[in-house]
Amino acid sequence: MDINQNEQQSIIDLVDQHKDLPGALLPLLHAIQGEVGYVPDSAVAIIAGGLNLSRAEVHGVISFYHDFKTQPVGRNTVQICRAEACQSMGSRLLEAHAKETLGIDYHQTTADGNITLEPVYCLGNCACSPSVRVNDDIVARVDQDRFDELVANLGGSQ
Amino acid sequence: MRFFIPQDTTALACGAEAVARALQAAGVEPVRNGSRGMFWLEPLLEVETEQGRIAFGPVSSKDIPSILDALETEASSHDLYLGPVDQIAYLASQQRLTYARAGLGDPVCLNNYQALNGFNGLKKALTLTGQQIVDQVKDSGLRGRGGAAFPAGIKWQTVLNCNSEQKYIVCNADEGDSGTFADRLVMEADPYQLIEGMIIAGLAVGATQGYIYLRSEYPVAHKLLNIAIERAVEANFLGENIQGSGKTFHLEVRLGAGAYICGEETSLLESLEGKRGMVRAKPPLPAIEGLFGKPTVVNNVLTLAAISSILEQGAETYQNFGMGRSRGTLAIQLAGNIKCGGLIELAFGVTLREVVEDYGQGTYSGRPIRAIQVGGPLGAFLPESQWDTPMDYEAFAAIKAMIGHGGIVVFDDTADMAAQARFAMEFCVVESCGKCTPCRIGSVRGVEVIDRIVANEDRDNNLILLHDLCDTMEMGSLCAMGGMTPFPVRSALAHFPQDFTGQGLGDN
Ligand SMILES: Cc1cc2nc3c(=O)[nH]c(=O)nc-3n(C[C@H](O)[C@H](O)[C@H](O)COP(=O)(O)O)c2cc1C
Ligand code: SF4
Ligand code: FES
Repeated sequence: MDINQNEQQSIIDLVDQHKDLPGALLPLLHAIQGEVGYVPDSAVAIIAGGLNLSRAEVHGVISFYHDFKTQPVGRNTVQICRAEACQSMGSRLLEAHAKETLGIDYHQTTADGNITLEPVYCLGNCACSPSVRVNDDIVARVDQDRFDELVANLGGSQ
Repeated sequence: MRFFIPQDTTALACGAEAVARALQAAGVEPVRNGSRGMFWLEPLLEVETEQGRIAFGPVSSKDIPSILDALETEASSHDLYLGPVDQIAYLASQQRLTYARAGLGDPVCLNNYQALNGFNGLKKALTLTGQQIVDQVKDSGLRGRGGAAFPAGIKWQTVLNCNSEQKYIVCNADEGDSGTFADRLVMEADPYQLIEGMIIAGLAVGATQGYIYLRSEYPVAHKLLNIAIERAVEANFLGENIQGSGKTFHLEVRLGAGAYICGEETSLLESLEGKRGMVRAKPPLPAIEGLFGKPTVVNNVLTLAAISSILEQGAETYQNFGMGRSRGTLAIQLAGNIKCGGLIELAFGVTLREVVEDYGQGTYSGRPIRAIQVGGPLGAFLPESQWDTPMDYEAFAAIKAMIGHGGIVVFDDTADMAAQARFAMEFCVVESCGKCTPCRIGSVRGVEVIDRIVANEDRDNNLILLHDLCDTMEMGSLCAMGGMTPFPVRSALAHFPQDFTGQGLGDN
């Protein structure tokens, strides 16, 4: 996946802004992902150069953390909580429903590029489970109908 | 008349924003307070009246017109009327120290914090030597509230004793355990209390830089912490020459990236350094060689939050709560399939049954409780015969369970405990840092073996194999991720063997 020149420039700028920060790599990766939507392959060399690391080290860090994506993601990210408190309130059925209605598995994006589905392990909303995160909004007590409503609010998806 | 509607994650997740907008549409500008932690009542609307603060909940935007009408005439006639908020039994019966301020006002308002005794602990600390502060923490009996319950004062003493130009205070705000939200509630309802505790920790051990390592799953806490820090800097509670004392403390929030293992303190430090979150072998202790190789205090949010009141009210006040070697209060988080879930701060010693029955009022589904998991994903599943155990670190250890960070997840009688055991192994597959073979590979095998047992394939031999696997994980793992994943597995097997016969109720 190639990036355009604007994206390349913003990665260079972000590396520049972060390079003197102690332990800069995670904040930098978050910043790049915030700007570009994911951490493109071509960013690795720029990051490695700027932070004085090997490419292998940068790759290693990107692949270690669930948050960092190396492929473009949908316009919206929907995370379903898979952890125990949500399971006790029926999240297993909810995740099956979500995969079926969206026609995708975890870590995949709907064909129209609207929604990427991700698992998450606890959103700290465990007293009002099951929990779902839609971009930066956390939603409580999500049953199948509520899930369909949330998807519809994102403009639907196939 | 002032109105309050929380800006806490769960309140927002239950629709607090729409309620706030409905109030605004009716010409009322609500205070966005923190949550009281009575989450089943969220969004909880509070109204300041001549009789004190009265509450309505759970409210939706549709209820606002009728509530405003009722306030004109007879508030108690409204269906959602709950009475004076501080007389709600769930809250009134708690012993709130850490959460004394939670929900009272706007969490990022500095004036509000100071009006409620905020920064009094810091002011005292500024008159003391580092050793005097550490002595107070030791005398309080405060133990780490992140899970391992290590005495905080002893850790601080180690860091104080180190000779180093640079030392660090690191707050562990990774709160990864399912069923926990105590750290989140502090950060969202009373963030200055954490900031104050970290400054005091810095004064105590001679550290001038602090980091809050916050999980990325907490966007609301992230936003509020950053606002609070910015305002604390402006008011000179952070930065150089704090309140003219000549002391310095800088504080920064760093976001995690969705790795459960980064809650383990050495993995967390690696992550803060910008590396993979691989667990380090101990020794050296982080207190001696921690962040960037420097002496570092790593404490949980609740441990650091407890510091300000210990300094303000004296070590003895804190020490007077609790039982045995478990001093102070425990932040119990009641979650899962429960009618009245929320934050319950009590002195140590309450039984699990009292928590789930008296506070929780049973399950949300209305069905009987079947199993309770205490202490997060590495905690055992407890059957009814163990619910009379008092919540105290030692009493729980005696039944091979743990209190950990105080999370309680309730399951009703539809829970399939074989599926839960399988999930425990699966979680370890997903979240292992990969350093030790028993954890990395053992958990993969664990999932397969449980599948074979449930499918009735060579059952007896596979059961033996599963126990052997658990032994290997317990003995051959560097940290509790691999070392304690067997606890939920073995407890499910021991107490709910019928679920492993292939006729379980779950869908897995
Ligand atoms: C797998 C694993 C996960 C952990 N997760 C957390 C966590 O999310 N938050 C936390 O405070 N401590 C966590 N801990 C405990 C920390 O390693 C450490 O004991 C704690 O941060 C020390 O602070 P305290 O003494 O104030 O509790 C975890 C430990 C392990 C082994
Ligand atoms: S037990 Fe697991 S998580 Fe812990 S150090 Fe070993 S491999 Fe890493
Ligand atoms: S377990 Fe789902 S929000 Fe905590």
